[in-house]
Amino acid sequence: MSGDRDAEGVGAGDPLRVVPTDAPPSGACRRKGSFTPSLTLMGEHDLCPGCGEPLALRQILDSIEALGQAQRAIGVVGIGCYTALTSLMDVDLIQALHGRAPSVATGAKRMRPECLLFTLQGDGDMVNEGLQEVIHTAARGENVTCILLNNGVFGETGGHMTATTVLGQRTKNSIEGRDARLHGHPILIGDLLARLDGTAYVARASVHDAAGVARTRRFLDRAFTSQLKGQGFSFVEILTMCPTGWFIPTAEGPGYLDRELGAVHEVGELKKDGVLVGG
Amino acid sequence: MTASTERRLMEGSEAIAEAAIAAGCRFFSGYPMTPFTELLEHFARRLPDEGGACINAESELEAIGQAWGAAATGARAATGSTGQGLSLMQESMSEITRAEIPIVVFNMARGQGDYYQATRGGGHGDYRHIVLAPESVGEAVRITQEAFHLADRWRHPVLIYGDYLIAHTAEAVSIEPIDFATKDPLPPKDWAVDGRLGGTGRSRNVNPIGMEKGSKGIDPNRFWQALSDKEDRIAAAEQRWEAIGTEDAELLIVAFGTLARFARAAIRDLRAEGLRVGLFRPISLWPFPSEALVRAAAGCRRVACLEQNAGQMIDDVRLALLGSVPVVPIGGISTDPAGFGIGALLDAERIAGRARDAYHGREVPRGVVA
Ligand SMILES: Cc1ncc(C[n+]2csc(CCOP(=O)(O)OP(=O)(O)O)c2C)c(N)n1
Ligand code: SF4
Ligand SMILES: [Mg+2]
Repeated sequence: MSGDRDAEGVGAGDPLRVVPTDAPPSGACRRKGSFTPSLTLMGEHDLCPGCGEPLALRQILDSIEALGQAQRAIGVVGIGCYTALTSLMDVDLIQALHGRAPSVATGAKRMRPECLLFTLQGDGDMVNEGLQEVIHTAARGENVTCILLNNGVFGETGGHMTATTVLGQRTKNSIEGRDARLHGHPILIGDLLARLDGTAYVARASVHDAAGVARTRRFLDRAFTSQLKGQGFSFVEILTMCPTGWFIPTAEGPGYLDRELGAVHEVGELKKDGVLVGG
Repeated sequence: MTASTERRLMEGSEAIAEAAIAAGCRFFSGYPMTPFTELLEHFARRLPDEGGACINAESELEAIGQAWGAAATGARAATGSTGQGLSLMQESMSEITRAEIPIVVFNMARGQGDYYQATRGGGHGDYRHIVLAPESVGEAVRITQEAFHLADRWRHPVLIYGDYLIAHTAEAVSIEPIDFATKDPLPPKDWAVDGRLGGTGRSRNVNPIGMEKGSKGIDPNRFWQALSDKEDRIAAAEQRWEAIGTEDAELLIVAFGTLARFARAAIRDLRAEGLRVGLFRPISLWPFPSEALVRAAAGCRRVACLEQNAGQMIDDVRLALLGSVPVVPIGGISTDPAGFGIGALLDAERIAGRARDAYHGREVPRGVVA
């Protein structure tokens, strides 16, 4: 996976470090921090073991808390496995229809410009059912942050092909692997949105390892900060594991995500302060 | 230009937009379609001056989504379209009802063929919402303001059923803000999201799927049954109608919206001829004023259902009367070649002719009224 679009690389300033475990614990490993997740109401959830979505959610909530926005945030949630997480999120929420979170966030932001508005959507939700609305919301430069949890499948319905499923990926309705001649090509939604004039910040992250989780958090911080500065539409796509929907053992999820989805949906920042990165 | 309380000639679309703004509406979104378009135009021109927002949405799907988001923050918000656009909005209409979000939706319909869509809960699932049908621009001004009050009163969507004539006829009206809340105080909007309860353990989730913070699963009693019970209370409390000349009527015409206005003129002529004809006009299409209709029809030989469609409201009329009085349809499909619903049926003389037939027990012509 190429990380070179993330200009600052992994390491410096990361909230979470990768600590070598082939030697006795060093100081960094003994350092004690609070591991109680911010802004959560329950210590458990109903998603599958090995699912990447709770990892991504935690970064979102931590970022909101760290930016001092806990009492100003409004989340608009789509329909997918992550919908079940709403019962444990301790921020104000509006539950939207499948695909329709960006329009709902738009209306809410127009009436409450002082609030931090974000959407939480899956690839099926955003890139299949609701593609036109995220594009128009971005093109209008709505000052909201749309967050995509991209696992390349409809996880909730049981592992079906979405618009972001990569070529060769096996799903319940592309049993032999996605074939461009039969199923068309995947949409790289971050790349598409980055090219619209209304977007201020666009990045793609992945939660397949600790460094990726740290990078996810950094990108979320930047997207929210961009909204707080009133720069326009911001977007963070987070690649998440779905071992259940991919029909692979749980432990193989992170490797599969990095190798297969990560090779096509490349991690990195695509647009900052309204300027395309490397363009 | 600001809202004026002085009486002046105003096109229906402008009057409705002004009435909505007078009622505190600060958000509107829509997608152009005849005869709804001018409503969108007026909101687009006026709302920014009032500190509000009007969005030219990418489709009706997003128009109602945007109004949903605005209303969920506690703002008074509205959207609208024409029947076809309303069809696209139905998934949201259903869910907004279930999420108990107050919102006002205008259907500037092409004729009266959207009666079923408006009154049956046009989307999926088990729900109804309030539907009000004004017969004139003046009444639309009042009903528009009342709609925002009722939406907040019940935390329920209210649909206003208008048409080409309501949207495009200019009538002398004044837009005076009507105070409904002094007589009927509104509950606080403490359910609306403003972000402030984040991190307190009491944050909200305005949602249509029965999710509750801190717990899993849906309790059917607290969710579906509670909504159904609320709809029963609305049905009992919010029936509206007008009854004219029903005391001695032998024939009762039932008609709603602008068509009722033509019926009113027809009845004047029929009365002058000595025929005892009355008018019953449902103003709330849901809840349908069934008991009032039964009272109005008592003593009539026949009830004539006048509607500009193939026969939809007649179901509600027959359900209300339960065979106690024969019900005959005297309307029908009637439109201009563009399909905007301006048909030959919108004519007092033609309606009088059909009512005369019904009065004397003659057969009323069926098929397209041209
Ligand atoms: C209009 C509509 N169509 C279909 C569905 C069924 N449905 C529920 S969740 C879902 C897929 C969700 O996929 P995604 O957004 O990628 O989320 P994931 O489950 O993968 O996290 C679908 C198709 C629905 N709820 N509404
Ligand atoms: S099906 Fe996939 S996305 Fe859904 S909870 Fe399981 S692992 Fe997560
Ligand atoms: Mg998915």
